[in-house]
Amino acid sequence: MSIRIIEEKCTGCTLCVRACPFAAITMHEKLAVIGPECTLCGACVPACKFDAIELTVEKREPVDKTKYRNVWVVAEQKKGVVQSVTYELLGAGRELAKKRGSELHVVLLGTGMDGACDDLVARGADVVHYLDHPAFEHYQDEPYSRVLCRLMNAEKPEIVLCGATAIGRSLIPRVAVQINTGLTADCTGLEIAEDGGLMQIRPAFGGNIMATILTPDHRPQMATVRHKVMKEAKPDPKRKGKIVTVEPLKEDAYVRAKVVDLVEEIESTVNLAEADIIVSGGRGLGTPEGFKLIEDFALALGGAVGSSRAAVDAGWIPYSHQVGQTGKTVCPKLYVACGISGQIQHLVGMQSSDTIIAINKDREAPIFTVADYGIVGDLYKVIPAVIDRLNQR
Amino acid sequence: MKVVVCIKQVPDTTNVRINPETNTLIREGVESIVNPFDEYAIEEALRIKERLDEPVTTIAVTMGPPQAEAVLRQALSLGVDEAILLSDRAFAGSDTWATSYALSKMIEKIGDVDVVLCGKQAIDGDTAQVGPGIAVHLGVPQITFVKKIEELTPKKIRAERMMEEGYQVVESRLPVLLTVVKEINEPRLPSIRGKMRAKKAEIPTWTAANLDVKENSIGLKGSPTVVHKIYAPERKKDGRVLEGEPADVAVEIVSELKRLSLV
Repeated sequence: MSIRIIEEKCTGCTLCVRACPFAAITMHEKLAVIGPECTLCGACVPACKFDAIELTVEKREPVDKTKYRNVWVVAEQKKGVVQSVTYELLGAGRELAKKRGSELHVVLLGTGMDGACDDLVARGADVVHYLDHPAFEHYQDEPYSRVLCRLMNAEKPEIVLCGATAIGRSLIPRVAVQINTGLTADCTGLEIAEDGGLMQIRPAFGGNIMATILTPDHRPQMATVRHKVMKEAKPDPKRKGKIVTVEPLKEDAYVRAKVVDLVEEIESTVNLAEADIIVSGGRGLGTPEGFKLIEDFALALGGAVGSSRAAVDAGWIPYSHQVGQTGKTVCPKLYVACGISGQIQHLVGMQSSDTIIAINKDREAPIFTVADYGIVGDLYKVIPAVIDRLNQR
Repeated sequence: MKVVVCIKQVPDTTNVRINPETNTLIREGVESIVNPFDEYAIEEALRIKERLDEPVTTIAVTMGPPQAEAVLRQALSLGVDEAILLSDRAFAGSDTWATSYALSKMIEKIGDVDVVLCGKQAIDGDTAQVGPGIAVHLGVPQITFVKKIEELTPKKIRAERMMEEGYQVVESRLPVLLTVVKEINEPRLPSIRGKMRAKKAEIPTWTAANLDVKENSIGLKGSPTVVHKIYAPERKKDGRVLEGEPADVAVEIVSELKRLSLV
């Protein structure tokens, strides 16, 4: 695997320099030179009109793709309750299965969840693979990944989807490495390419660019999918499907990293990942007491309280509320930014929200560049007025 | 005890932009930094050294082009004992599968490693996949998204692993791989002495030839995923600006929220 410029053919036209997505090609004495930034992506090869760039790639033995069929969704459950991200995956998975002319399967690991299996069928699963065992009551890395690897190797799905949640992002990378296939993290779009492959679309560089990723020669094609981006599959009680019991093996429960306790410390008003509406406060509040107003506003809207990094660093509110690059990435239906100037670190964590309202004194604040509604004014006057108006209805 | 901390040099993503005409990255004027989450991993490695009675060696490693050496010097300036750079054109084009494979082989070569620390994810790719990948390649247990190490002995660890609604307390034997979140600590600043030491330090560079790697498992060839294309995200159209008396603004915004069925 290597790339080289065929110097006799290079005319120094710089077409490749412009085609390189990674700015890895420079010109030296009218010859193109490929620098260490090169990722061997190959974008320059077709851009060269003189066939002066040679990319030699010997890939690993490709798998026999015809043996892989169906779309699989890895269900997420906590305390025996299927999490809503699973329904979103079913919605997305159904579309993909339709385009591929294949079935939609769900794998559910837990205990005492027979009712949930019926619900998964009602929401579009043709087959539910259900493992019912007390050792699987709570998520643990090793047992969960062991069972999934075994199922994937035996059943050979073509596409596997999982939520890009704390659980999904710990579990699925293990499975993908173990079964020797590709995985794309935190997708916000999934499409089927002309050749039938899965186009995995995701933001990178903090949301400043979008990338489409392919898994050309390996199967299954695996992706984690960002919560709250795909539409939930709605239940249809008339739908029929099959429930297949997965038998656990004795060694499945073996763990080296064991979960010994679960501590819930975040009340639902803070669970930013689940919130449809988030009201966030920033440095513009001026004092920690300002968050009382943010809480009242969140209550009036039925939302959760978020914050900028500045407010967390100032000690006004715990880290669990922080939205942005080193905090949480959220995409609620409504995001209200109060007294947040909109540093890019914050914007990358919330700019994909459906509707954004910004309230800020400074009309030049960058937050207004991503806002659908920008309210220029003193938040201590605007917010009480809006709360009043909301309560009047 | 040996602690390895895996770090990555990343472009300061807050400045990375795409040229809308050519759909290519504009890298000019973009600074390279230590991945912010890795700063917490470095700090935690130093704290492990400080909290244990027995001797601990901390080693920072990175895979990247020759200039990635800069992040290792930064780790040394903070107090990490040793640093090794893995750099070879053969690793170019690595996705998370091939990257975690190469790093795991590096850790195997270092030998007798008890704790591997990683930041929870890198801010350029945001995948969070390399940490768990290293754990699987090494065949050691993992604890992801660690926000606190409650207890650590040469035999076992108890740590708090952040979840959406709280945390799990996880106990594991060593060796173990941890990925850490920002909440775990407050990174220190380098001392003058540390900076001097980092400046003078000789950092060994390992290549693929130094490692026991399968040639078809590294770089582009060892990567199941490929980047098909990159492009600029669609930007929102200019939003509406509301100004004036708070009461009037309130009436208007609430009626918009009603129209959008958000209240």
